[in-house]
Amino acid sequence: MTPPLVLIVDDVDHGREICAEYLEFRGFRVATAVDGLEALDKAFELLPDVILMDLSLPGIDGWEATRRLKADPRTRDIPVVALTAHALASAHERAKEAGCDSVVTKPCLPRDLEAEVRRQLAGRARVTEGRTGT
Amino acid sequence: MGQLVEVKAQSPPVRSPEAGSTARLELVEALLAESEPRPCAVLVLRWLVRYAGIERGLCAVVESDNGRLAGLAGIGVSPSAVDAFSLALGDTTHPLLVTLTGAEPVAFHSSGHALLRPFETPLGSDSFHAVPLTRRATGGELGPGLLLLTGTDNGPVDADVCWAAELLGVRLTSLWHHRVQMDERRHKRERGWLFGLINAVTDPILLTDADGRILIANAGAELLLTADEEKSEGRRRAVALNNMLFSASLFTAAEGSVPTRKEMLLVDPTEGQDLLFEVLSTPVKIRSGETGVVSVLRDVTDLRRASEQIEENYRKLRAAEAEARAERDRLDLILNSVLDPILVTDPGGNIVLMNPPAERMFTVAAGRRNADAERRVQANDAVFTSFVSNLYAGQSRRWRGELSLLDPETGAAVPMEAISGKVMAKHGEDTASVTILHDLTEAVEKAQLYEQIKRHSEELREKVREATAELAEQNELLRRQAFQLEQASAMKSQFLANVSHELRTPLNAIIGYTHLMLEGVSGDLTHGQRDKLNRVDSNARHLLAIINDLLDITRIESGKMPIQVERLVLAELIDEVMTEVEPLIAGTSLAVSRSLAPLVPEIRTDRQKVKQIVLNLLSNALKFTPHGSVSIAIDYDPGLEEISVAVADSGIGISEENQRTIFEAFGQTDGSYAKRHGGTGLGLSICRRLATILSGRITLESRPGAGSTFTLFLPRRAR
Repeated sequence: MTPPLVLIVDDVDHGREICAEYLEFRGFRVATAVDGLEALDKAFELLPDVILMDLSLPGIDGWEATRRLKADPRTRDIPVVALTAHALASAHERAKEAGCDSVVTKPCLPRDLEAEVRRQLAGRARVTEGRTGT
Repeated sequence: MGQLVEVKAQSPPVRSPEAGSTARLELVEALLAESEPRPCAVLVLRWLVRYAGIERGLCAVVESDNGRLAGLAGIGVSPSAVDAFSLALGDTTHPLLVTLTGAEPVAFHSSGHALLRPFETPLGSDSFHAVPLTRRATGGELGPGLLLLTGTDNGPVDADVCWAAELLGVRLTSLWHHRVQMDERRHKRERGWLFGLINAVTDPILLTDADGRILIANAGAELLLTADEEKSEGRRRAVALNNMLFSASLFTAAEGSVPTRKEMLLVDPTEGQDLLFEVLSTPVKIRSGETGVVSVLRDVTDLRRASEQIEENYRKLRAAEAEARAERDRLDLILNSVLDPILVTDPGGNIVLMNPPAERMFTVAAGRRNADAERRVQANDAVFTSFVSNLYAGQSRRWRGELSLLDPETGAAVPMEAISGKVMAKHGEDTASVTILHDLTEAVEKAQLYEQIKRHSEELREKVREATAELAEQNELLRRQAFQLEQASAMKSQFLANVSHELRTPLNAIIGYTHLMLEGVSGDLTHGQRDKLNRVDSNARHLLAIINDLLDITRIESGKMPIQVERLVLAELIDEVMTEVEPLIAGTSLAVSRSLAPLVPEIRTDRQKVKQIVLNLLSNALKFTPHGSVSIAIDYDPGLEEISVAVADSGIGISEENQRTIFEAFGQTDGSYAKRHGGTGLGLSICRRLATILSGRITLESRPGAGSTFTLFLPRRAR
């Protein structure tokens, strides 16, 4: 069985690198994007299982990208976990409004990030099962 | 009572010269010619002396009114002896009275001198005859009288004597009879007059006996006090009532012997209304030993009514007078209190009344008499008179104008406004005129003053306008400043958010890479490498905690900490907190307990912030208590409606000095200790600020070495 594919979107190199390296180490397939536009392209092209979306991005930012993904039937069901260094509650609310399924505040432990990814995958699995069941 | 010896009459009668038929006829004629008893008796006695040989004689007649046998006339007897002769008829055993009841003459003579004592015959002789004046036996009844005669020896009485005695008896009886008839007729007539008289008096008059029975009443009294069966029920009842009232009044009147006067209320039996009477009661003797009362009732009802009316009228008059006086006083008061001069003039133009301000202008005060003042007053008078004459020259009832008068004292010109009005009598003729003057000096001054005020007011308005403009400018400036401040504040918040963001990004890299290495992503680590990487991790996390706390403080201070008030059951919250600190407790040997007072109500507050505070206090207690115990106690003060959460430990305690600074940022007693336990030094500072924005407070009780108690107080409802 193919390991789940995680699309990591972050304009900061080390942020992208830490996530990618750790998740690969933990057995996930990983794809990366450096901005919103690339994230959208990759998402439509690869249809990943989970997207980790940094919100502060050049060009199309994380919020906008998420809105577009959630507006498209192809990518609508892919869980989007927002990653943000904005600790203010308003940033979290805006992320939820844009359609993000959960929000993780940076800095975060790679271990915690993996746990969130697995949680989203499990949730998606339940939703998919539910759908096939109907 | 003395005894008389009765000697039976003997026959033959007393011897005497026989009177012839002629003498008897003479006597009869003489008697018939006489109409009075006494001369009749004298005629008979004289006749007896002349024709029957009588020496002395006395005629005594029965006076039934007095109950006596009394002397009427005598011959050869002194008049005083005749008058003195008197025998009570009640003494029926007296020999003379016994004789009186018979028809036969009786001869008396004393058998001893004591026998006639103490009776002394007026005849001055022991022997005499008593001859009744009637020859008919009276059957026990008393005859008309007796003749006592002497000079007839003791033999039988002469026939002439008996004849003359009987004749006298007949004549006297006839005379008496006639007299009684006459008397009765006269009495009847007089009675009629008397009744007419008292009935003519409209006032009720009545005579009552001692028992109050009415003896005589005039028509007026009868109307009031008597009513026979034919009269109406109401009338009889009224009469009964009147009788009762009247008797009661009599009862008191009869007490004395002097006339009494009193008032009495009776009922008019015909009209039914109350009548007021003045009763004059006079005690009178009605029979021997019996006293009655004559009462005269005078109806004073109308009199009283009239007198009351008069009194009332008088009172009204007095009141009217008082009112008129008060009215006049009021008028005077008004006139005198008016500051404007008021003058009343008669149609001839003469001033008849002035109030004090008018007097000041038109008279010279006694103490300030001088030529100037006199002249000015005269001038004023002339001006005034000429003004008032306008009123009479025209048809108008009013005249208005302006006068220029002079102040008598100072000579200053006083401009006056004047209004005159005619006072008309009922029929339209002028009786007087009233003039009111009004000093225009003040008005002129006022006008000037008004101008001045207006000018000042305008200046003021100008100043206000300028000030307002300036104020507006200032306001605008302030508004701009406020806007700038707002912008600055927003920029500051943004800056802080950015700082936070910018600090977090590298921190994320540090923590991320450290963990990658610690997780063995880059291969196995030596013990020393792992140890050092753990320190990097620990410091990075500490830095993160500081950044988070700083962000909190900044948000609270800039008022940007959002509050979400919701229902909160504290016990549930404490359970949550306990669960979260479970790993922390597990790492210690502390005895941790919690207690909850009964009847702690729900509160409304920001759950997340309360949790943050309690978590912080409890973490601190656990961190700073090497051994011993930590307790959480929840209590409620119903009086203050305040809930408290007390976190007590038996830890190291805080010195008094440090207690003052411990709630300040970075105010921890010992920075190194804090760091060792992962504290930022901002926790209590944040807790206190959070408690404040929840309308609560945090207190501290502690002694070094004896533990600390932090207590969070919260109102039932956060404001």
